[in-house]
Amino acid sequence: MKSFTDVHVGTELPERDFAITRADLIRYAGASGDFNVIHWNERVALEVGLPNVIAHGMYTMGVAVRIVTEWVGDPSSVVEYSCRFTRPVPVPDDNVGALLTVNAKVAELLPDNQVVFSLSATCDSVAVLGKARVIVRFKS
Amino acid sequence: MALNTDFVGRTYPATESYLVGREKIREFARSLGDSNPFYFDVEVARSAGFNDLIAPPTFAIVVTMGAGEQVIFDPELGLDYTRVVHGDQKFVHHRVITAGDQLTCVVVVHDIRSVAGNDMITIRSEIADSNGEQVTTVYSMILSRGTDSP
Repeated sequence: MKSFTDVHVGTELPERDFAITRADLIRYAGASGDFNVIHWNERVALEVGLPNVIAHGMYTMGVAVRIVTEWVGDPSSVVEYSCRFTRPVPVPDDNVGALLTVNAKVAELLPDNQVVFSLSATCDSVAVLGKARVIVRFKS
Repeated sequence: MALNTDFVGRTYPATESYLVGREKIREFARSLGDSNPFYFDVEVARSAGFNDLIAPPTFAIVVTMGAGEQVIFDPELGLDYTRVVHGDQKFVHHRVITAGDQLTCVVVVHDIRSVAGNDMITIRSEIADSNGEQVTTVYSMILSRGTDSP
């Protein structure tokens, strides 16, 4: 479990890779209640002009934050989390899926033991999240 | 088609209360591949001072799903759902969501703007517990691609 004194501006967290398969999207659809067909039906996804079935933005967001929560240890310390969905994450129907690469660094320290982490998330070298930031409030 | 900007500030009725279940937290965390013990092991969560399992940072989206649909599918608003994409998202946690919480959600049309033929609507969802205390504020911006854009 990290504490506020472990954190310094510029500290980079270890890069994380997350594989995303079709099965992951179906599992997330069930868990979240978001059954939009573009996240599981390739026929409809192509019809509406998408390159393939795409991951839920909220799935990508939910996975990406793990770089911070697993480093910090206590997920309840996340007091704010925001991002833009800049590009879709196409998920092909194979056993490999898409590969999401996530980086994070300490951008700023705020009063009240709060730390701002800036995140980047890329898929095939394309940024899929923009202005992603997580604010963590450490208890000590 | 531009959206009706009169909708800014419109508030929808509070949703029926949502009971946060342990198994729902586990299912949600598992779907994200996240095995943090705070989401799975009640004893670990309790020994850290929580009442029960805690929810991952984006779990609140489950609670807001039905509430947001009130706005998106409001025929008076005129949103073309077939052209909608998720633009951005923000969670502000006033406290962590915990299994056993009874949550209600009030949605407000926070902002409407039109940029380069695209309609952008931001929905703010205020999640409160059974004591009426604020739990999480969720901002979701959805964007309806104009018919003249690619």
